[in-house]
Order: sequence, then C-alpha cells, then structure tokens
Amino acid sequence: MIAHAIFFYAFSIIAVVSAVMVTVSKNTVHSVFFLILDFISISCLFIMIGAEFLGMIMLIVYVGAVAVLFLFVVMMLNVAQQKNQWFISKENSNHIPIGLLISVIIFFELIIVIGGWKYKPDLFDQSNLSIVNDVSNTHSLGMVLYTDYIHIFQISGMILLIAMIGAIVLTFRQREGVKKQSYLKQISRERAEGVEVVEVASNRGVKIDD
Amino acid sequence: MEYLDLIFQETYKILFLLVPVLVSVAMIVWLDRRVWAFVQKRQGPNVVGPFGLLQSLADALKYIFKEIIIPASSNKIIFILAPIITMTLALIAWAVIPFGVDQVLADINVGILYIFAVSSLGVYGIIMGGWASNSKYPFLGSIRSAAQMVSYEVSIGIIIINVLLCVGSLNLSDIVLAQKDMWFVIPLFPMFVIFFISALAETNRPPFDLPEAEAELVAGYQTEYSGMMYAMFWLGEYANILLMCALGSILFLGGWLSPIELYPFNLIPGALWLIFKILFLFILFALVKAIVPRYRYDQLMRLGWKIFLPLSLTYVVLTASYLFYFNLLPTN
Repeated sequence: MIAHAIFFYAFSIIAVVSAVMVTVSKNTVHSVFFLILDFISISCLFIMIGAEFLGMIMLIVYVGAVAVLFLFVVMMLNVAQQKNQWFISKENSNHIPIGLLISVIIFFELIIVIGGWKYKPDLFDQSNLSIVNDVSNTHSLGMVLYTDYIHIFQISGMILLIAMIGAIVLTFRQREGVKKQSYLKQISRERAEGVEVVEVASNRGVKIDD
Repeated sequence: MEYLDLIFQETYKILFLLVPVLVSVAMIVWLDRRVWAFVQKRQGPNVVGPFGLLQSLADALKYIFKEIIIPASSNKIIFILAPIITMTLALIAWAVIPFGVDQVLADINVGILYIFAVSSLGVYGIIMGGWASNSKYPFLGSIRSAAQMVSYEVSIGIIIINVLLCVGSLNLSDIVLAQKDMWFVIPLFPMFVIFFISALAETNRPPFDLPEAEAELVAGYQTEYSGMMYAMFWLGEYANILLMCALGSILFLGGWLSPIELYPFNLIPGALWLIFKILFLFILFALVKAIVPRYRYDQLMRLGWKIFLPLSLTYVVLTASYLFYFNLLPTN
C-alpha cells in the first residue's frame, strides 16, 4: 500500500507541475513537451486505479497522435519572434487582458457548475470503489459501450466524421498548373519505349531532334 | 524486508531480460551487415573475432571513446534527452513479450496495446533530436520520419485488430495460445505481408529510410549527433527492429509454439522457437534492405494511406463477417 501511495503522489505531482509548466514556460515547444509529460502521467494514474484500457488508449491517441500534430504546428511557428511580441517588447499587447478576462469567466463558470453539482450520497464511500477482477477492463467496457450507450457512441463517431470532412473541405484547394506524377505511367514504362537502339553511320552521327 | 526482496527479484528478472536483448542487438547489427554483404557478393565485417562476431563490440568501444559534441546553438537538454528516450522506449516494450508459458516479465491484460503505445511514443525521440539540433537537415529528417511513423502506425493498428478479432483478448500470451491449431499467418496471410512492410516503414528501414536518406538529408535527425549519443540512437533503432520482428512472430507465426507438435520438435524450448522466428523475420528485413531500392517520399505516403489502410480495413470487415457467419467469434 505504501508503494502504491508513493507512486500515486509521484505521478500526481508530476502531472500538476507539468500542467503548470505548460502555461508558464516561455518556449512554446517546451510547453508542448510538458503537455506530453502531463498526458503520460495522467495515463499512469489511470493505470494505477485499474483502468488499464483507458490509460493505454490515452497514450496511443493523445500522446501518439494528437500531441505529434501539436508539435508539428508549434515547431513551424517562429518562436523567437513570438517571444519578442509577448514578453519583452514595451508595446502594450491586448492579448493578456483579454486572456485574463476569459480565464476569469471560465473559472467562475466552473465554480458555479461544480458547486451546483449533485453527487450520489455514497460516492465517497470506499466500499463502492472495489474493482471487479473476473471481467477484464476491455470486456466490461465493450459490454456497455456497444449495448447501453450505442447511440451516444455512434453519434460521437458521426461528429468526428463530419469534423474530418469539414477539415478536408476547408483546406483542400485545387491549384492549377501543378505537375503531377502518374504512377501508372511510371510503372508501366518498358525498355522498348525507353531506349532506342540506333545504327550510327561512321563519321556522320545521329540527328536527335526531329 | 519484503519490499527489498521484491525489488531484488524484479531487478534480477529485468537484467535477465535486458542483457540478452542488448547483446542480441549488437549481434544483429553484425548479422545485418553480413547478410547485406553476402547479397552483394562481399565479405562484410569478418576481421574482429571469429567470423567478425566481435565487430559490434569494437564499434561500441570506438563510440564510447569518441567525443560527444553538443552544438552551441542546440537546445541542450532536449538534445541530450532525445537518444535516451529512443533507447529507453525501445527497451521497455520488451517487458510484455512472452518467451513461453508464464515466461514473461509483465503479463498484463492489455499487452498488445502497451506495445502499440510504446512504439507510437518512439516518434518523440526522433522529433526531439531533429528539433533540438537546430539545423535544417535534422529538422527535415525528423518531420519526414514523424509523418511516416504516424501514417504507418494506423495500418499496423488495424492489422492488430484483425488478429484480435480471432483471439478475443489483448493479452500477448493469449494471442500465442490461440494459434495452437493454426498460425494466423495462414488465414491472415495478406495481413502478414502488409504488417511486414509497415514494420519496415515504422522502423525507418530501407526501402523506407527516407528520414536518413543520405543522398538528400546527410544523416537525417542523427546528423548533429556523435559518439555515444549516436550509438544510442542506433541501438534504439535496432532494438525497435527486433521488437517489430518479435511482434510479427507473436501475432502471426505462433510465438513460442513449435511448428509441429511432434517428438523431436517438442524438445526444443519455446524461447528458442521464438528466437528462431525473430531471426527469420530479421533476415527477411536484412534481405529487403539489400535488394530493394529506396522509395520516393510521395510514393511512401501513397502506399500507406491509399493502399494499406483501405486494404487492411476491408480485411477487418471480411474477418469479422467470416467469424460471425460461421459462429467462430471467440467468447470469454
């Protein structure tokens, strides 16, 4: 039990500290790396409470795919230039007051929502937290996901599909005058049409351009 | 005291797994170069030790005594972290590989997901190395590599789903035991071929070694690295290749099971069978490296997204409907 507690506190401290560092660190790429560290420690916490499937999926989806795209976008930004605008220059930028305003609003909204939330009375009772060991995590998730919650599951799938199509439509543009490679042509090229054997008469040469 | 005992036991087990893995990584570098040489009618490394077996050891010594150069304009912490992460991620995935009944370090329920997650984390070592070098070639190489690994992971994931449909469990030992009657390479042969090719791309092996295409990008993300740090990238890469071979033999070639359940074959321990299968797949990897010319980058992306992804998705539908129609879906 002691080892469990040590690991729990270690992971949660890493999670909280790295979450703070995401917002505090000046280098945006460092922020993304701290975000990744945060994801990883959260998924470790998931695994510690027995939700191994969720933890692994979190690693695969967020760390393995989403954060890579984050990194791509952030690495393309000109970090040095951004630093000047935000922190060092004397000009008043209006990012910070607006950001503060929005975060204060969100903070109060969260307080209202969480304060008005009605918990089940026996939620904090430890005896309810027993983990059933005879059915594996994945099986029990699958049993509710594809029966009781099938509609929600399908709707979320549809939302993702629509978002994907929307993103493709927004970014897709057909440029004119772009040369394209035709794989079929490249592959089906053969020696007979590629090379021509020419009988060269001595002292006269060949005419190529005709 | 109990805790200490437990820690000692686990450390012993971990060392018993890691040391052979590291030694075989060194040996496999030698094997790779040797096979490559034989295909091209050369001798390959044959001077140090019998058949040149100690060549990797000599190389390792050389790397250790070389100076580690850290570029002045690089981001130093991330620059140093990158090879360490690559190496660590390549090694921790071995924890769930089963070498026999109960001969596994961590027999977890979601073993296959764990391997998948760890191998998808492997991108970070490369991106970090490329970005922290603060130089054009490494950055281009790392971006190429990240895009390549992310796209081929998708098809590997769907191929794994094919296998899981036939098994009904995410545990690697269960996956091996489900192949007692028939290895999955027989009913899922097209998936095995696609898995093999995707594994080549996932580990940046030729013909998909675009991230380090020396004609275009010097050495890709490794350009600025030297000495031991370069060697760690290298070791991590080969450990990843071995891991992919192990995954292939567990998913399709029946892991530690012997091909025929008959008298002389039964005597050979399961771990040896697994090693034979890993070696077989690795020699295929080495042969491909020697035989096939490098792909162009757009061809690589097209192969991943337009050919492998639809093919493997179709095969998922086929497998699922076959199992459903003949009532063969595993239930437990």
